[in-house]
Amino acid sequence: MPQTQFEKIWDAHVIESRPDGQTLLYVDRHLLHEGSFHGFEYLDQRDMPVRRPGQSFAVADHYIPTTSRNLADTEDDVARSLITRLEANAAKHGVSHFGIDSESQGIVHVIGPEQGITLPGLLIVCGDSHTATHGALGAYAFGIGASEVTHVLATQTLWQMKPKAMRISVDGARPAGVTGKDVILAIIAQISAAGATGHAVEFAGSLIRDLSMEERMTVCNMTIEAGGRAGMIAPDEKTFAYIKGRRYAPDGEDWDKALAAWLALPSDEGAVFDAEVTLDGTAIRPMLTWGTSPEQAAALADTVPDPANAPNAEKAEEWRDALDYIGLTAGQHFRDVAVDKVFIGSCTNSRIEDLRAAAAVLKGRQVQVKQALVSPGSFLVKKQAEAEGLDRIFKEAGFEWRESGCSMCVGMNGDLAERGERVASTSNRNFRGRQGQGVRTHLVSPASAAAAAITGHFADPRDFA
Amino acid sequence: MPQTPFTALTAAGVPLDSANVDTDQVIPARFLKYPRSDTSWTFLFHDLRLRPDGSENPDFILSNEPYKSKGRILVADRNFGCGSSRESAVYALQDWGFRAVIAPSFGDIFFNNSFKNGFLPIRLRTEVCNALRQDLHDAPGAEIAIDVEAQTVTGPDGVAHSFELDDFRKYCLTRGLDDIDFTLEQTRKIDAFERDNRPSWLGHNA
Repeated sequence: MPQTQFEKIWDAHVIESRPDGQTLLYVDRHLLHEGSFHGFEYLDQRDMPVRRPGQSFAVADHYIPTTSRNLADTEDDVARSLITRLEANAAKHGVSHFGIDSESQGIVHVIGPEQGITLPGLLIVCGDSHTATHGALGAYAFGIGASEVTHVLATQTLWQMKPKAMRISVDGARPAGVTGKDVILAIIAQISAAGATGHAVEFAGSLIRDLSMEERMTVCNMTIEAGGRAGMIAPDEKTFAYIKGRRYAPDGEDWDKALAAWLALPSDEGAVFDAEVTLDGTAIRPMLTWGTSPEQAAALADTVPDPANAPNAEKAEEWRDALDYIGLTAGQHFRDVAVDKVFIGSCTNSRIEDLRAAAAVLKGRQVQVKQALVSPGSFLVKKQAEAEGLDRIFKEAGFEWRESGCSMCVGMNGDLAERGERVASTSNRNFRGRQGQGVRTHLVSPASAAAAAITGHFADPRDFA
Repeated sequence: MPQTPFTALTAAGVPLDSANVDTDQVIPARFLKYPRSDTSWTFLFHDLRLRPDGSENPDFILSNEPYKSKGRILVADRNFGCGSSRESAVYALQDWGFRAVIAPSFGDIFFNNSFKNGFLPIRLRTEVCNALRQDLHDAPGAEIAIDVEAQTVTGPDGVAHSFELDDFRKYCLTRGLDDIDFTLEQTRKIDAFERDNRPSWLGHNA
């Protein structure tokens, strides 16, 4: 019987299935960050070892300062203690650790693919909801909570109920200036923030295949913002070319064996999905979110939607609430909305292509907002950008060229905006208070964030290409 | 960790009318760095419950009696607990005194995290949730009865509604068990899987 890619990976990891549907799955690789302190604490309380320390990788990203690589610059002692605890826990249990001064440090979902930890067909988990990012390489990857982190550390397995399979197909030639970020925002706007709940999503179609590896990561990264358990894309020649030669990737004879296995992963012809969604890729335009849920998104060239035109009374109320918080009026052109701060970074959009796209808009221009900050996704991304001279373009435009970390996506390291400020952000969540209490977040692509930075208001990045 | 067994509960319900209440609302990220303690309950819905000056926001349901003191069962709208994987969202609800949340749908990770802590997320139809919330607004402090064994929720109107719960979770919940103990009993199967089923090409970098 034809199978989906998701089913193939799922089946290859089943240790035991119970009649009630609970399935014990084997975890190939487990990623850890500072937030795992609860998980290690439970492990210690039970006095248990890590079952397979070689299959876990730890990196500090959420709490580390982006102003320097000096722990002394951490926001406070509590945050600093979480960074040092991660290192101590990793050392105690024999887990690989990429510390603040390591050349392998970066945002966990950036370094997974970058280091070759993320590979097609693997089951990968991390105590972070954006773990779906790794599905861009054809892995089944999903976020877990602290108790599940403990369970994985102790047993290298997890109990799971099998999600349903959904295919989201985006076909058609990609319009110029449309990025992976615009594609995923358009998808979420269509299916809603709960549209993929309970599903493992496969992104397919000619436009998805046309995306670069890094854009595919951006798309899969935000699957969770549509409620999806995981997002994935069929591995292809682009995927294999991306992986080859990376630190933890197979090589030699192992590479040939791996390649043979990976070529068999894509969904079979005729495989049946529980849900199918299609989008016309030719209709996608550069997007932004205008509200407090990622589903509240529209084209930058449009106007603020009117709650009177909402599909139902409940939605109308939600839209009114969102517009009230975000401080916008129905009918306003987005290009007339002033922006206070710009953030380029996060596990969604901080890779080298993202920085290149932003720099192309910024080159020779000046920032017109209060603050503009760029945090490359990893040490290696930063190094590459500096080798290409991108750092100079950012700095000359008036951007702060920071170190890597989660930074202002979630503000746990203290990188926050002020109450009432409006931020054009390349991150993944526009939730109330996410970037600081009372802060208004608008999600955009790196090019659109750069366009906002140099004009002081939202702007279509295609005007600056 | 092992929990208090959860077999049945009859307690006051709290209606929370917004859809898509994300875990950043349940507990803002700035509180995640603190270990769980006897003041963790103050983090729950912090920025909705309190004004910028720290005073209570009377427009938020949990600022008002009898919901504030008596509420043990939250009745929410669709996609409750969406967003971040932070298990602290469950801790904050528990530390406030909640033991269960009823909603038409949940964020997947929040849903899973709940069971690991002996906290019960219950999916009921949208119309049922809407009606329950209306009842709780009409009669503040009205009670809801949850019977885990029978898998029913009985509203203030006396009408019982069935909910789904798989046997494994029910077993752990009603006995206060941790699934790690259960999994450790399967160690031989895990050993066998590692020996026979892992791709050889992962090699020494397994």
